[in-house]
Amino acid sequence: MMGQEISISQLRRWLLTYAERVIENEGHLTELDTAIGDADHGVNMRRGMGKLQERLQEEMPSDDIGAFLRSVAMTLISGVGGAAGPLYGTFFLRAATSPTNGRSVDLAQLTQMFRYGLDGLQQRGKAKADDKTMIDAIQPAVEAMEAALAAHQSAAVVLAAARQAAHLGMIHTIEIEAKKGRASYLGPHSIGHQDPGATSAYFLFETAAEVLTKTTDSE
Amino acid sequence: MYAACWRGQREVIGLVIVSHSAKLAQGVYELAAQMAGDQVGISLAGGLCDDCETLGTDAQRILTAIEEVWCEDGVLLLMDVGSAVMSAEIALEMLPEARRRNCLLSNAPLVEGAIVAALHASLGEPLQAVNAQAEAALSASKLG
Repeated sequence: MMGQEISISQLRRWLLTYAERVIENEGHLTELDTAIGDADHGVNMRRGMGKLQERLQEEMPSDDIGAFLRSVAMTLISGVGGAAGPLYGTFFLRAATSPTNGRSVDLAQLTQMFRYGLDGLQQRGKAKADDKTMIDAIQPAVEAMEAALAAHQSAAVVLAAARQAAHLGMIHTIEIEAKKGRASYLGPHSIGHQDPGATSAYFLFETAAEVLTKTTDSE
Repeated sequence: MYAACWRGQREVIGLVIVSHSAKLAQGVYELAAQMAGDQVGISLAGGLCDDCETLGTDAQRILTAIEEVWCEDGVLLLMDVGSAVMSAEIALEMLPEARRRNCLLSNAPLVEGAIVAALHASLGEPLQAVNAQAEAALSASKLG
Protein backbone atom coordinates (compact mmCIF):
# COMPACT_ATOMS: atom_id res chain seq x y z
CA MET A 1 0.00 0.00 0.00
CA MET A 2 1.06 3.60 -0.29
CA GLY A 3 3.40 4.66 2.41
CA GLN A 4 5.36 1.42 2.33
CA GLU A 5 8.97 2.52 2.33
CA ILE A 6 12.02 0.53 1.31
CA SER A 7 15.12 1.56 3.21
CA ILE A 8 18.69 1.86 2.01
CA SER A 9 19.66 -1.05 4.26
CA GLN A 10 17.04 -3.23 2.55
CA LEU A 11 18.50 -2.24 -0.81
CA ARG A 12 21.94 -3.19 0.49
CA ARG A 13 20.64 -6.56 1.70
CA TRP A 14 18.96 -7.10 -1.68
CA LEU A 15 22.23 -6.56 -3.55
CA LEU A 16 24.17 -8.77 -1.14
CA THR A 17 21.58 -11.51 -1.68
CA TYR A 18 21.82 -10.94 -5.44
CA ALA A 19 25.61 -11.28 -5.29
CA GLU A 20 25.29 -14.56 -3.38
CA ARG A 21 22.68 -15.89 -5.81
CA VAL A 22 24.87 -15.12 -8.82
CA ILE A 23 27.94 -16.69 -7.18
CA GLU A 24 25.92 -19.85 -6.36
CA ASN A 25 24.91 -19.99 -10.02
CA GLU A 26 28.34 -19.36 -11.53
CA GLY A 27 28.47 -22.86 -13.01
CA HIS A 28 24.98 -22.55 -14.46
CA LEU A 29 25.77 -19.17 -16.07
CA THR A 30 29.02 -20.54 -17.49
CA GLU A 31 27.17 -23.52 -18.94
CA LEU A 32 24.59 -21.26 -20.61
CA ASP A 33 27.30 -18.97 -21.99
CA THR A 34 29.39 -21.90 -23.22
CA ALA A 35 26.48 -22.99 -25.41
CA ILE A 36 26.00 -19.68 -27.22
CA GLY A 37 28.71 -17.23 -26.14
CA ASP A 38 32.29 -16.95 -24.98
CA ALA A 39 31.78 -18.88 -21.73
CA ASP A 40 32.82 -15.91 -19.59
CA HIS A 41 29.53 -14.70 -18.07
CA GLY A 42 29.76 -16.91 -14.97
CA VAL A 43 33.37 -16.05 -14.22
CA ASN A 44 32.91 -12.36 -14.97
CA MET A 45 29.78 -12.06 -12.84
CA ARG A 46 31.39 -14.00 -9.99
CA ARG A 47 34.35 -11.61 -10.05
CA GLY A 48 32.07 -8.56 -10.12
CA MET A 49 29.83 -9.91 -7.37
CA GLY A 50 32.88 -10.66 -5.21
CA LYS A 51 33.93 -7.01 -5.57
CA LEU A 52 30.37 -5.92 -4.80
CA GLN A 53 30.31 -8.04 -1.63
CA GLU A 54 33.61 -6.48 -0.49
CA ARG A 55 32.24 -3.02 -1.19
CA LEU A 56 28.92 -3.60 0.59
CA GLN A 57 30.28 -5.59 3.50
CA GLU A 58 32.51 -2.70 4.46
CA GLU A 59 30.56 0.04 6.07
CA MET A 60 27.72 1.49 4.04
CA PRO A 61 29.28 3.42 1.11
CA SER A 62 26.78 6.23 1.71
CA ASP A 63 23.56 6.96 3.56
CA ASP A 64 22.02 8.43 0.42
CA ILE A 65 20.41 5.99 -2.03
CA GLY A 66 21.59 7.87 -5.13
CA ALA A 67 25.21 7.86 -3.98
CA PHE A 68 24.86 4.25 -2.82
CA LEU A 69 23.63 3.10 -6.25
CA ARG A 70 26.41 5.06 -7.98
CA SER A 71 28.94 3.28 -5.85
CA VAL A 72 27.37 -0.08 -6.78
CA ALA A 73 27.55 0.97 -10.45
CA MET A 74 31.23 1.93 -10.33
CA THR A 75 32.09 -1.36 -8.61
CA LEU A 76 30.41 -3.32 -11.42
CA ILE A 77 31.86 -1.16 -14.21
CA SER A 78 35.38 -1.92 -12.99
CA GLY A 79 34.84 -5.35 -11.53
CA VAL A 80 33.02 -7.48 -14.07
CA GLY A 81 35.05 -7.31 -17.28
CA GLY A 82 32.72 -8.64 -19.98
CA ALA A 83 29.79 -6.84 -21.57
CA ALA A 84 27.85 -7.34 -18.34
CA GLY A 85 30.11 -4.78 -16.59
CA PRO A 86 29.15 -1.69 -18.59
CA LEU A 87 25.56 -2.96 -18.89
CA TYR A 88 24.83 -3.64 -15.21
CA GLY A 89 26.99 -0.59 -14.39
CA THR A 90 24.83 1.62 -16.59
CA PHE A 91 21.66 0.09 -15.13
CA PHE A 92 22.66 1.18 -11.61
CA LEU A 93 24.26 4.44 -12.73
CA ARG A 94 20.98 5.48 -14.31
CA ALA A 95 18.88 4.09 -11.46
CA ALA A 96 20.96 6.33 -9.18
CA THR A 97 19.56 9.42 -10.90
CA SER A 98 15.91 8.63 -10.11
CA PRO A 99 14.15 10.49 -7.26
CA THR A 100 14.34 9.09 -3.71
CA ASN A 101 13.61 10.24 -0.18
CA GLY A 102 17.32 10.11 0.61
CA ARG A 103 17.52 7.04 2.86
CA SER A 104 14.39 5.37 1.52
CA VAL A 105 12.15 5.00 -1.52
CA ASP A 106 8.42 4.42 -1.71
CA LEU A 107 7.03 1.80 -4.06
CA ALA A 108 6.46 4.28 -6.89
CA GLN A 109 10.04 5.52 -6.58
CA LEU A 110 11.37 1.96 -6.52
CA THR A 111 9.45 1.19 -9.70
CA GLN A 112 10.76 4.36 -11.31
CA MET A 113 14.31 3.43 -10.24
CA PHE A 114 14.01 0.19 -12.22
CA ARG A 115 12.50 2.08 -15.17
CA TYR A 116 15.44 4.52 -15.21
CA GLY A 117 17.84 1.58 -15.08
CA LEU A 118 16.06 -0.18 -17.96
CA ASP A 119 16.07 2.97 -20.12
CA GLY A 120 19.79 3.46 -19.50
CA LEU A 121 20.47 -0.17 -20.33
CA GLN A 122 18.62 0.11 -23.64
CA GLN A 123 20.51 3.26 -24.60
CA ARG A 124 23.85 1.67 -23.75
CA GLY A 125 23.38 -1.77 -25.29
CA LYS A 126 21.00 -0.73 -28.08
CA ALA A 127 19.11 -4.00 -27.64
CA LYS A 128 15.34 -4.32 -27.98
CA ALA A 129 12.89 -6.88 -26.64
CA ASP A 130 13.35 -10.27 -28.35
CA ASP A 131 17.04 -9.70 -29.15
CA LYS A 132 17.80 -12.46 -26.58
CA THR A 133 19.51 -10.29 -23.97
CA MET A 134 19.09 -9.05 -20.38
CA ILE A 135 16.36 -6.76 -21.72
CA ASP A 136 14.08 -9.78 -22.23
CA ALA A 137 13.97 -10.34 -18.47
CA ILE A 138 14.14 -6.72 -17.28
CA GLN A 139 11.67 -5.01 -19.61
CA PRO A 140 8.67 -7.26 -18.86
CA ALA A 141 9.54 -7.08 -15.15
CA VAL A 142 9.53 -3.29 -15.12
CA GLU A 143 6.31 -3.20 -17.14
CA ALA A 144 4.70 -5.65 -14.69
CA MET A 145 5.79 -3.45 -11.76
CA GLU A 146 4.29 -0.38 -13.42
CA ALA A 147 1.00 -2.16 -14.11
CA ALA A 148 0.73 -3.53 -10.55
CA LEU A 149 1.61 -0.12 -9.13
CA ALA A 150 -1.08 1.53 -11.25
CA ALA A 151 -3.54 -1.03 -9.82
CA HIS A 152 -2.55 0.12 -6.28
CA GLN A 153 -1.05 -3.23 -5.31
CA SER A 154 1.20 -3.76 -2.30
CA ALA A 155 5.00 -4.01 -2.52
CA ALA A 156 4.75 -7.79 -2.15
CA VAL A 157 2.37 -8.05 -5.12
CA VAL A 158 4.34 -5.59 -7.27
CA LEU A 159 7.61 -7.43 -6.69
CA ALA A 160 6.01 -10.86 -7.16
CA ALA A 161 4.64 -9.66 -10.50
CA ALA A 162 8.11 -8.46 -11.47
CA ARG A 163 9.67 -11.79 -10.55
CA GLN A 164 7.09 -13.75 -12.52
CA ALA A 165 7.43 -11.52 -15.60
CA ALA A 166 11.24 -11.66 -15.47
CA HIS A 167 11.06 -15.45 -15.20
CA LEU A 168 8.75 -15.76 -18.21
CA GLY A 169 11.01 -13.38 -20.13
CA MET A 170 14.08 -15.44 -19.26
CA ILE A 171 12.39 -18.68 -20.38
CA HIS A 172 11.21 -16.94 -23.56
CA THR A 173 14.85 -16.34 -24.56
CA ILE A 174 15.11 -20.11 -25.21
CA GLU A 175 12.75 -19.77 -28.18
CA ILE A 176 14.29 -16.78 -29.92
CA GLU A 177 17.32 -16.02 -32.05
CA ALA A 178 20.10 -13.80 -30.68
CA LYS A 179 20.46 -10.41 -32.33
CA LYS A 180 23.05 -8.87 -30.02
CA GLY A 181 26.32 -9.90 -28.44
CA ARG A 182 28.57 -12.86 -29.17
CA ALA A 183 25.55 -15.22 -29.46
CA SER A 184 24.32 -13.31 -32.52
CA TYR A 185 27.25 -14.77 -34.50
CA LEU A 186 25.45 -18.11 -34.18
CA GLY A 187 22.28 -16.85 -35.88
CA PRO A 188 19.50 -19.48 -35.81
CA HIS A 189 21.82 -21.90 -33.94
CA SER A 190 21.25 -19.76 -30.85
CA ILE A 191 17.60 -20.93 -30.73
CA GLY A 192 16.98 -23.56 -28.05
CA HIS A 193 19.39 -22.03 -25.53
CA GLN A 194 18.54 -19.77 -22.61
CA ASP A 195 20.34 -16.42 -22.59
CA PRO A 196 22.89 -16.12 -19.76
CA GLY A 197 22.40 -12.33 -19.45
CA ALA A 198 18.63 -12.71 -19.11
CA THR A 199 19.33 -15.35 -16.45
CA SER A 200 21.58 -13.16 -14.29
CA ALA A 201 19.08 -10.31 -14.79
CA TYR A 202 16.21 -12.53 -13.61
CA PHE A 203 18.06 -13.02 -10.30
CA LEU A 204 17.76 -9.25 -9.69
CA PHE A 205 13.98 -9.61 -9.51
CA GLU A 206 13.97 -12.99 -7.79
CA THR A 207 16.07 -11.60 -4.94
CA ALA A 208 14.18 -8.29 -4.89
CA ALA A 209 10.92 -10.20 -4.33
CA GLU A 210 12.57 -12.18 -1.52
CA VAL A 211 14.31 -9.34 0.29
CA LEU A 212 12.58 -6.03 -0.37
CA THR A 213 9.21 -7.12 0.93
CA LYS A 214 10.53 -7.97 4.39
CA THR A 215 9.64 -5.41 7.02
CA THR A 216 12.04 -2.52 7.33
CA ASP A 217 14.54 -3.18 10.07
CA SER A 218 15.96 -0.55 12.35
CA GLU A 219 19.47 -0.35 10.80
CA MET B 1 50.35 20.86 -18.29
CA TYR B 2 49.58 19.28 -21.66
CA ALA B 3 53.23 18.80 -22.57
CA ALA B 4 52.41 15.36 -23.97
CA CYS B 5 50.68 17.05 -26.93
CA TRP B 6 53.63 19.11 -28.12
CA ARG B 7 56.23 17.64 -30.42
CA GLY B 8 58.67 20.45 -31.12
CA GLN B 9 56.59 23.22 -32.64
CA ARG B 10 53.73 20.93 -33.50
CA GLU B 11 50.69 20.04 -31.45
CA VAL B 12 49.39 16.52 -32.06
CA ILE B 13 46.34 14.64 -30.85
CA GLY B 14 46.58 11.75 -28.39
CA LEU B 15 45.61 8.15 -29.11
CA VAL B 16 44.14 5.56 -26.75
CA ILE B 17 44.19 1.84 -27.60
CA VAL B 18 41.34 -0.06 -25.90
CA SER B 19 41.41 -3.85 -25.97
CA HIS B 20 40.05 -6.76 -23.94
CA SER B 21 43.58 -8.11 -23.95
CA ALA B 22 46.60 -6.29 -22.46
CA LYS B 23 48.86 -8.23 -24.86
CA LEU B 24 46.81 -7.21 -27.88
CA ALA B 25 46.87 -3.55 -26.76
CA GLN B 26 50.66 -3.75 -26.34
CA GLY B 27 51.09 -5.34 -29.78
CA VAL B 28 48.91 -2.74 -31.47
CA TYR B 29 50.89 -0.04 -29.66
CA GLU B 30 54.16 -1.42 -31.03
CA LEU B 31 52.81 -1.43 -34.57
CA ALA B 32 51.47 2.12 -34.25
CA ALA B 33 54.59 3.47 -32.55
CA GLN B 34 56.66 2.09 -35.41
CA MET B 35 54.82 4.53 -37.68
CA ALA B 36 54.81 7.51 -35.35
CA GLY B 37 57.98 7.08 -33.33
CA ASP B 38 57.76 9.30 -30.27
CA GLN B 39 55.80 11.92 -32.19
CA VAL B 40 52.39 10.89 -30.82
CA GLY B 41 51.23 10.23 -27.27
CA ILE B 42 49.68 6.76 -27.25
CA SER B 43 48.26 5.22 -24.09
CA LEU B 44 46.86 1.76 -23.48
CA ALA B 45 43.79 0.41 -21.72
CA GLY B 46 44.13 -3.33 -22.19
CA GLY B 47 42.59 -6.07 -20.04
CA LEU B 48 41.37 -5.64 -16.48
CA CYS B 49 44.68 -5.03 -14.70
CA ASP B 50 48.35 -4.35 -15.35
CA ASP B 51 49.76 -7.53 -13.92
CA CYS B 52 47.07 -10.06 -14.74
CA GLU B 53 45.92 -11.74 -17.91
CA THR B 54 42.21 -11.30 -17.29
CA LEU B 55 40.40 -10.39 -20.48
CA GLY B 56 37.95 -7.51 -20.34
CA THR B 57 37.56 -3.76 -20.51
CA ASP B 58 37.21 -1.29 -17.65
CA ALA B 59 35.88 2.24 -18.05
CA GLN B 60 38.11 3.47 -15.19
CA ARG B 61 41.25 2.23 -16.92
CA ILE B 62 40.13 3.85 -20.17
CA LEU B 63 39.51 7.12 -18.32
CA THR B 64 43.04 7.01 -16.86
CA ALA B 65 44.48 6.31 -20.32
CA ILE B 66 42.61 9.30 -21.79
CA GLU B 67 43.99 11.55 -19.07
CA GLU B 68 47.54 10.33 -19.74
CA VAL B 69 47.49 11.59 -23.33
CA TRP B 70 44.99 14.40 -22.85
CA CYS B 71 45.41 17.26 -25.37
CA GLU B 72 43.38 20.34 -26.14
CA ASP B 73 43.47 19.24 -29.76
CA GLY B 74 41.76 16.02 -28.88
CA VAL B 75 42.08 12.33 -28.15
CA LEU B 76 41.06 9.53 -30.51
CA LEU B 77 40.01 6.19 -29.01
CA LEU B 78 40.39 2.97 -30.97
CA MET B 79 38.57 -0.09 -29.62
CA ASP B 80 38.49 -3.83 -30.26
CA VAL B 81 35.29 -5.89 -30.11
CA GLY B 82 31.96 -5.80 -28.29
CA SER B 83 31.86 -4.20 -24.89
CA ALA B 84 35.07 -2.21 -25.47
CA VAL B 85 32.79 0.37 -27.09
CA MET B 86 30.36 0.47 -24.15
CA SER B 87 33.22 0.83 -21.66
CA ALA B 88 34.72 3.64 -23.74
CA GLU B 89 31.34 5.42 -23.82
CA ILE B 90 31.14 5.23 -20.03
CA ALA B 91 34.69 6.58 -19.74
CA LEU B 92 33.72 9.59 -21.87
CA GLU B 93 30.66 10.19 -19.68
CA MET B 94 32.94 10.27 -16.64
CA LEU B 95 35.06 13.06 -18.19
CA PRO B 96 34.19 16.70 -17.53
CA GLU B 97 32.06 18.10 -20.38
CA ALA B 98 34.84 20.40 -21.64
CA ARG B 99 37.17 17.44 -22.12
CA ARG B 100 34.54 15.06 -23.46
CA ARG B 101 33.91 17.38 -26.41
CA ASN B 102 37.48 16.81 -27.59
CA CYS B 103 37.37 13.02 -27.45
CA LEU B 104 36.20 10.84 -30.28
CA LEU B 105 35.37 7.12 -30.50
CA SER B 106 36.61 5.75 -33.80
CA ASN B 107 34.72 3.19 -35.86
CA ALA B 108 38.05 2.07 -37.36
CA PRO B 109 39.28 -1.53 -37.14
CA LEU B 110 41.79 -1.64 -34.28
CA VAL B 111 45.03 -2.74 -35.95
CA GLU B 112 44.75 -0.90 -39.27
CA GLY B 113 43.10 2.08 -37.59
CA ALA B 114 45.83 2.50 -34.99
CA ILE B 115 48.60 2.36 -37.58
CA VAL B 116 46.90 4.87 -39.89
CA ALA B 117 45.87 7.14 -37.00
CA ALA B 118 49.37 7.20 -35.54
CA LEU B 119 50.83 8.17 -38.91
CA HIS B 120 48.37 10.98 -39.57
CA ALA B 121 48.45 12.23 -35.97
CA SER B 122 52.24 12.46 -36.19
CA LEU B 123 51.81 14.80 -39.18
CA GLY B 124 49.84 17.16 -36.92
CA GLU B 125 46.49 16.58 -38.57
CA PRO B 126 43.37 17.50 -36.57
CA LEU B 127 41.21 14.95 -34.73
CA GLN B 128 38.40 14.59 -37.29
CA ALA B 129 40.85 14.23 -40.19
CA VAL B 130 42.90 11.59 -38.37
CA ASN B 131 39.73 9.65 -37.59
CA ALA B 132 38.50 9.88 -41.18
CA GLN B 133 41.79 8.36 -42.38
CA ALA B 134 41.61 5.61 -39.75
CA GLU B 135 37.99 4.76 -40.59
CA ALA B 136 38.81 4.64 -44.30
CA ALA B 137 40.74 1.49 -43.42
CA LEU B 138 37.34 -0.20 -43.04
CA SER B 139 36.78 -0.07 -46.78
CA ALA B 140 40.34 -0.64 -47.95
CA SER B 141 40.89 -4.00 -49.60
CA LYS B 142 43.71 -6.04 -48.11
CA LEU B 143 43.88 -8.35 -51.10
CA GLY B 144 44.40 -5.66 -53.70
